[in-house]
Amino acid sequence: MMKKNDWLFEITPKNSLLDLNLKEVWQYRDLLFLFVKRDVITVYKQTILGPLWYIIQPLFTSIIFTLVFNNIAEISTGTIPPFLFNLAGITAWSYFRDCLTNTSDTFKKNENIFGKVYFPRVIMPMSIVVSNLLKFGIQLIIFIFFYILYAFKGMEVQLSVDLLYLPFLIISMGMLGLGLGMIISSMVTKYRDLTFLVSFGVQLLMYLSAVMYPLEIVKVKMPKYAWIVEYNPMTTVIETFRNIILGTGSVSVMQILYLLATAVVVFLVGLVIFNKTEKTFIDTI
Amino acid sequence: MKDDVILKVENLSKQYRLGTVGTGTISHDLNRWWAKIRGKEDPYLRVGDANDRSSKASSEYVWALKDINFDVKRGEVLGIIGKNGAGKSTLLKILSKVTGPTTGSIKSKGRIASLLEVGTGFHPEMTGRENIFLNGAILGMTKKEIASKLDEIIDFSGCERYVDTPVKRYSSGMKVRLAFAVAAHLEPDILVVDEVLAVGDAEFQKKAIGKMQDISKGEGRTVLFVSHDMAAVKRLCNKCILLNNGKVSKIGSTSEIIDDYLFVDKPPVFIKTKDELFKMKKTDLYFKSVRVFDDKNKTKETYVCSENINIEVEIGVNSKVMNSSLFIMVMKNNESRIFSAEKLIEDDKYIYKLRIDKLFLTKGNYILDVYLHIPNTKRYDTLSSICSFDVIDDISPFIVHGGFNHGAVFGNYTWV
Repeated sequence: MMKKNDWLFEITPKNSLLDLNLKEVWQYRDLLFLFVKRDVITVYKQTILGPLWYIIQPLFTSIIFTLVFNNIAEISTGTIPPFLFNLAGITAWSYFRDCLTNTSDTFKKNENIFGKVYFPRVIMPMSIVVSNLLKFGIQLIIFIFFYILYAFKGMEVQLSVDLLYLPFLIISMGMLGLGLGMIISSMVTKYRDLTFLVSFGVQLLMYLSAVMYPLEIVKVKMPKYAWIVEYNPMTTVIETFRNIILGTGSVSVMQILYLLATAVVVFLVGLVIFNKTEKTFIDTI
Repeated sequence: MKDDVILKVENLSKQYRLGTVGTGTISHDLNRWWAKIRGKEDPYLRVGDANDRSSKASSEYVWALKDINFDVKRGEVLGIIGKNGAGKSTLLKILSKVTGPTTGSIKSKGRIASLLEVGTGFHPEMTGRENIFLNGAILGMTKKEIASKLDEIIDFSGCERYVDTPVKRYSSGMKVRLAFAVAAHLEPDILVVDEVLAVGDAEFQKKAIGKMQDISKGEGRTVLFVSHDMAAVKRLCNKCILLNNGKVSKIGSTSEIIDDYLFVDKPPVFIKTKDELFKMKKTDLYFKSVRVFDDKNKTKETYVCSENINIEVEIGVNSKVMNSSLFIMVMKNNESRIFSAEKLIEDDKYIYKLRIDKLFLTKGNYILDVYLHIPNTKRYDTLSSICSFDVIDDISPFIVHGGFNHGAVFGNYTWV
């Protein structure tokens, strides 16, 4: 006689929302790194400038922003050179943006592979966030290069222990981007309209995230609507990032904790929705 | 150990929505949600037709699988066969967790790995070696496991010279060999295989089937095998499941099920209805029925090339016509005309029988056009594209060529 309860696993229509199977994700950790490796090896194959694109994008955007917002619109950036101010904002913003947009089409882009083999789907967006980290690292190095350049030209260098918060900030950015990306990617499987919304929405969000202006200016010039910018978690991310690496203000532990908490909540919501979608998306995509 | 059930499928059903998903999705979702809130059953689960692709559906939902039940014992090699659209691939997709069932459950005591398509996730820009690691990891191996089997995998694939070349420079056959080599070195308790053997040359197919036999017999692992290739099913499987329109129509020994499978579906018989016959009242000559059958007088859809195929035509005569004749044309895959036969109509003979000798038609789908006419003068009755039947290979020397098209007929020749 066979025993009734010794099944290794069961495939049923619906599992509970919180059945996230993180143990399984851990078993597939090698896959995550192989995906990262694949992305790194293949992303700039057959381009002439190769990884230089990592540098060109933020540099040129910073130059344009400096011209438009600081020279023409005359937004003041305090003691910080406008170019450096913009470069810092853009570096942080583009990591978040890349995490969000690259993960938001996970299901659609990987339809082929997801339709053939099972592995915890969440590996895919996670690997994107990790491989974007590399790009972020390169851009951070560029930023440091310009920072040193400006320091030699006489800019006052203000480094503080707040730099220790940087890793937590980066984790928050990644989780925010990943969480939102997973929510969107799950909904895209049914409602394709969202694909159009994402590229457009991210663009709009940038203007509301204090990327090319300090939060203070909005508070002074548009006190009525400043709350939109102020309560946007990405504003906090960008401001904190600038405060940390440019030394423009102090950062409190509470601020970092608030960010981490928001990021974790968004990430968990994203994970639950993503997890629910991964079982049947192949029928609706 | 013999009665050790490793996989149990219970009341498994899968529903699909027909047509384009898009319009009405939100309204259906809202309806579902509303029903759920009131604690009622999903309103769309009740509707739905059986999965029959030839009849027009009356609702938007269709059951690709309906109440599937079966057990698989440890070490068994189970074949899953059925016509296109019978639900085989859907079943495999659920087994390999690519998609979830609508109702029912699958319980398993072992790790399942599936080969729904070899080479999933191969990246053309990466080398063979890098792809072995990536593909292996996608299939569920750890880096360490792959590294320990790397030499074996490369050796089995026979691609040693090219292993550090990007996969985009590989021939398609080489890609398949490499991919199958990775998959064959997985060590799951249950291996699910879907027609991967249709590719590759004869030597490699032999190697692949041999490897699968090793896996099941030597290592005592369980294999679920889906294929249209009856020869491979016969060689590999000891038990088979026959699916028809999303339901299990029979479970039994391989030979029994394969015989059954060949009778499934519409038999190649054409019989005029009463109405149609009534319309023929003023025609001098007309067809009553046409049928295709084997030497045991059994009408079936699929014939092996080692048996004779018979065609019987019954005609009706309202008034005798001099010099009229019966014309039968056999066409392959609905396009190429293979051959025709012509026979003068004899007085008071209403049934005509034609025998196509064995080892003449090669594997493929055949269809008939029949005329009653006086050549170049008058056409009395025409039936076109009727009595579709299939021929499959069983004993010919070309069977090792797999899907290769080796000609329309076997040819009448002698080696001297």
